[in-house]
Amino acid sequence: MNTELLGIIFMFAATLILAVPLGKYTAKIFSGDKTLLDPLFRPVEQFFYKFSGIDATKQMNWKQHLYALLSIHVIWFLLCFFTLIFQGSLPLNPDGNPSMSPDLAFNTAISFLVNCNLQHYSGETGVSYLSQLLLMFLQFVSAGAGMAVCAMVFNAMKERQTEALGNFYNYFLKSCTRILLPLSIVVAIILVFNGSPMTLAGKASITTLQGDSVQVSRGPVAAFVAIKHIGTNGGGFFGANSAHPLENPNYRTNMVEMIAQMIIPFAMIFAMGFYLKRRKLAWNIFGVMTIGFLLLVIPTVITEIHGNPAIHQLGISQPNGAMEGKEVRFGPAASGYWSIATTVISTGSVNSMHDSGMPLSGTMQLLAMMTNCFYGGCGVGFLNYYIFIILAVFLSGLMVGRTPEFLGKKVEAREVKIAAFIAILHPLLILAGTALASYFAAHDTAMGYWFNGKATGWLNNPNNHGFSEMLYEYTSSAANNGSGFEGLGDNNPFWNISTGIILLLSRFIPIIGPLAIAGLLAQKKHIPDSAGTLKTDSTIFGVMTFAIIFIIAALSFFPALALGPLAEYFSMI
Amino acid sequence: MKNNNTALFDTQLMKGALKESFIKLNPKIMFRNPVMFTVEIGTTVMLVVCIAILLGAQNQGSLGYNVIIFTILFATLLFANFAEAIAEARGKAQADSLRKTRAETPAKKILVVGDVYMNEIHIVSSSTLVKGDVFICEPGDIIPTDGEIVEGIATIDESAITGESAPVIRESGGDKSSVTGGTKVLSDKIKVKVTTEPGESFLDKMISLVEGASRQKTPNEIALTILLAAFTLIFVIVCVTLKPFADYAHAPITIAAFISLFVCLIPTTIGGLLSAIGIAGMDRALRANVITKSGKAVETAGDIDVLLLDKTGTITIGNRKATNFYAAEGINVNEFITAAVLSSLADDTPEGKSIVELAGPEVVKHLSVEGATLIKFTAETRTSGVKLQDGTDIRKGATDAAMRIVTSAGNSFPDDVLNRTKTIATNGGTPLVVIKDKIVLGVVELQDIIKTGILERFERLRKMGVKTVMVTGDNPLTAKFIAEKAGVDDFIAEAKPEDKMNYIKKEQQSGKLVAMMGDGTNDAPALAQADVGVAMNSGTQAAKEAGNMVDLDNDPTKLIEIVEIGKQLLMTRGTLTTFSIANDVAKYFAIVPALFIASIPALKGLNIMNLHSPESAILSAVIFNAIIIPILIPLALKGVAYKPIGASAILRRNLLIYGVGGLIVPFIGIKLIDLFVSLFF
Repeated sequence: MNTELLGIIFMFAATLILAVPLGKYTAKIFSGDKTLLDPLFRPVEQFFYKFSGIDATKQMNWKQHLYALLSIHVIWFLLCFFTLIFQGSLPLNPDGNPSMSPDLAFNTAISFLVNCNLQHYSGETGVSYLSQLLLMFLQFVSAGAGMAVCAMVFNAMKERQTEALGNFYNYFLKSCTRILLPLSIVVAIILVFNGSPMTLAGKASITTLQGDSVQVSRGPVAAFVAIKHIGTNGGGFFGANSAHPLENPNYRTNMVEMIAQMIIPFAMIFAMGFYLKRRKLAWNIFGVMTIGFLLLVIPTVITEIHGNPAIHQLGISQPNGAMEGKEVRFGPAASGYWSIATTVISTGSVNSMHDSGMPLSGTMQLLAMMTNCFYGGCGVGFLNYYIFIILAVFLSGLMVGRTPEFLGKKVEAREVKIAAFIAILHPLLILAGTALASYFAAHDTAMGYWFNGKATGWLNNPNNHGFSEMLYEYTSSAANNGSGFEGLGDNNPFWNISTGIILLLSRFIPIIGPLAIAGLLAQKKHIPDSAGTLKTDSTIFGVMTFAIIFIIAALSFFPALALGPLAEYFSMI
Repeated sequence: MKNNNTALFDTQLMKGALKESFIKLNPKIMFRNPVMFTVEIGTTVMLVVCIAILLGAQNQGSLGYNVIIFTILFATLLFANFAEAIAEARGKAQADSLRKTRAETPAKKILVVGDVYMNEIHIVSSSTLVKGDVFICEPGDIIPTDGEIVEGIATIDESAITGESAPVIRESGGDKSSVTGGTKVLSDKIKVKVTTEPGESFLDKMISLVEGASRQKTPNEIALTILLAAFTLIFVIVCVTLKPFADYAHAPITIAAFISLFVCLIPTTIGGLLSAIGIAGMDRALRANVITKSGKAVETAGDIDVLLLDKTGTITIGNRKATNFYAAEGINVNEFITAAVLSSLADDTPEGKSIVELAGPEVVKHLSVEGATLIKFTAETRTSGVKLQDGTDIRKGATDAAMRIVTSAGNSFPDDVLNRTKTIATNGGTPLVVIKDKIVLGVVELQDIIKTGILERFERLRKMGVKTVMVTGDNPLTAKFIAEKAGVDDFIAEAKPEDKMNYIKKEQQSGKLVAMMGDGTNDAPALAQADVGVAMNSGTQAAKEAGNMVDLDNDPTKLIEIVEIGKQLLMTRGTLTTFSIANDVAKYFAIVPALFIASIPALKGLNIMNLHSPESAILSAVIFNAIIIPILIPLALKGVAYKPIGASAILRRNLLIYGVGGLIVPFIGIKLIDLFVSLFF
């Protein structure tokens, strides 16, 4: 087997091996058990609580969790939005970058707030260091918030009847200090030793061999890139994201960044298993997700290694596979693997240009974000999967002739209503957004304030590929992913505002839904298992869940995919 | 004759149902079913398109093609309505056959004239009787309406209702005081008080449930409807957004294609059959001679975790029976048997009768109790017996009571008899000591006879995940023995009515659903407390009011059938939903390439079924979508077979049949239809 494939298998195995103990550690933190790092972090946490006057021991019900979650987000949004529109006049701006336009600031603030990081700007010229530091802060807290909600859902899944579901601030702060921070420090140190800059100084000036003087952007890159992956954020310090040599200097850092972005999504599943003492269920869920992941990643890696058939037809050999838009230091296998990993989990950082990938890879990347529940983002990945569990429980419960139950709680009309609504929301946002953009592009409407010129002007490519660019942008927004198909002219009011709204809706509603379902189920009477009870950790239930995800999440996009990447794919072969 | 042999599609019923299917097209009625309502909208749009083409509209395809699409959609609606109508018709026919028994019958109503005159009897029509009226019935009379016996005892032929030919005894005061309209008095005279207003009997309630007037959706049905509505909404989004996508791709799509795609994708199969499944569930209960007061009760029955069963009549046959005579040491066996029979000849209790039976006619025919005085059983003496003409005093009774009599007379109680009584008790039997003139003759062993086949039924329940609990008045030792022998999981010994109640509450507190069957007035609170309370038709009015089902057969093992009917109901819904959704995969592959092939020829790669042309592909998908509904009607009415093989095994089985089947069948079906349709398009 060639080393490229060994490389990606190693990345997956290493992530899994590290994720299991991390899951155990996470479960301990959520249950409030003693850990080795207690003496180090307790004083820090105590300081925060004392400073803010929060009582982190107070038990909250699901509505109070929701209130706490939403209220801190409002504050972060305002802080970030105003910093961005005034960054030009604020300190820590050695390169003298200008302030952001309000629509771009709106988009950027939201997109970092919701753990998406769509980035309609380039880091080198678009933001000051102060903004970068603030965005880095948001990368921590948005990941922490996702994990805190997930912790509440774990708590609600316990076998008892209660309204008291732990304390949001406790889960949130501990996720940040005990999990995200230590892991980020480790990753940042590795990056620094491999050559990523970590400085507040402005651009470096170097003289090339030709004697030209070149300005090289730098900044606190290592720290930024570490949390960008650990927190499944994906917002790059530079415009080229992890394809940039200072963000991702070599194959080794590529591996570290790869492992870093997948480790918490993996670990959260195992954390559920340890926390609820349902390890079989955790492995079952992990198994279903992994099968989904493999079904996406294998075709992608194969097509990328095989290279572009159009170039083959020209009689040009491609010994290195499809290399357009890829970095030579990573190669097609690691780039293909990354492109699926970053889209199944909601990182959205890129180490190659997805726009230049093969059409089948584009299909798979889109599908990864359309299903949006194989591993998924920090905490929220599990929440998305939870919705499909509820739907699968409902249908399979009926199929075995018993009112559906999940972990001893009856799933009834109210829960099904919420779950169905959340399941509809994702296709609605993606398809409605794309429909709007396609409508303007089809009629080549003059956009006025919204876009400088006529609508087709935002497309870099015509026809099917142009459609894929629009579809990708809204899919990435709705999945809170943040990667871009690029090629799309997206820094304008139309795209900034429309994706901004979709980002908000697609972050918070899919959090509120599982939160509410879990909260409602927790209030119900616990029914002990009997021989007639459906086991949710059985293989057959896993199959059922997978089928539901495939039919609801993947098939609804079939017509759209047919007009985009699939049309391109069939034109090529 | 049980009333469960109506053919699945009786011609008479079909005709009525066909007419109903058109009446049900009324949008006001359709609105109850969101999935089919959207199909109706789609059909209307197609009608408008057809008219527009007639008036000269362009770019929508040929008139013939559009008319065919319209016709198929219209047929889809009719098929769905027909499914509901035929289910209703069958239920109604079943109910009518029961109701026929209570058509106009003359009633001998007692008119309370006053204190001075005697009460007068007037013959009136049964329909004029109201609650509180009192009527009398004499041998040969048909009982005009439901009521409670206030005076007298009678043997009644209930075969019209239950199909059971053996007459039953009903008498005032006890737990068997209830009579049902339509049954016939065979002997004696009873005075009956009317307990229901006309049109409000259980049967009337059941009929209105089936007819849909008062049919309410059950919780699971509501949840499923929400899910189906959500699926429909997803496909509304998919189809609506497809318009700008296609515009951008310069791939014009006709309205017919849009509507076909939409109708094929939404879960019309389950949407069309959903209400039929629910009605058929109640109908199956009715065929099992169980009248349910709501559809919810049937559904809840499927979820039952704990089943409370009375020992007598359910687990064991009627009452105890004498199985052995054990003479005391030194006593002649024949003398002992003779004494035992003499004490029982005038004894009407089942135990007494069984002693006579066990002794056999040879012994009995020589004996007579002419002129003897009967000593009835009382709670104080706890013995019964007879004083013969010659003064011989024969008693039989419980061991301790017998011992008291014997020892107070200065006689000794033989050790071997004492030991024998203990052995009998530990074997689950009841010892009955026979004394003649205060000397112990021997002991009769009474045993509970466990019904044949009951062990298998409990095993079946256990596999379903239902815990069985035996309720008995026996002492714990006997109860334990019978419980083990019959294979029940738990028992309540020396049970008082409140014990049942407490047990139900305890189980419910731990989250379980409890079902019980009862007949007596003192069962009423427990019946009301239980999640599924089945009252026997012979039971008191209070019991019938308290429960949520009435069993016309008075068969306590009926609960097992009810549980299975409930499970079948849910399973049928679940499997057909899965089937319906799995169908979508093939339909996507039929229609999506057909939509775009003209403008993006490369997409023929998606036409994996190799369908003839875009038109034939769309038509085939829509035709398949329509005809699958009538094909599945028999399954919807009969229900998916339930096998107690554990939840995961059932899921595997159903997912294989209806999930994988639902994936593959449309591929084959659409291809076959396409082969035919391609002859024309």
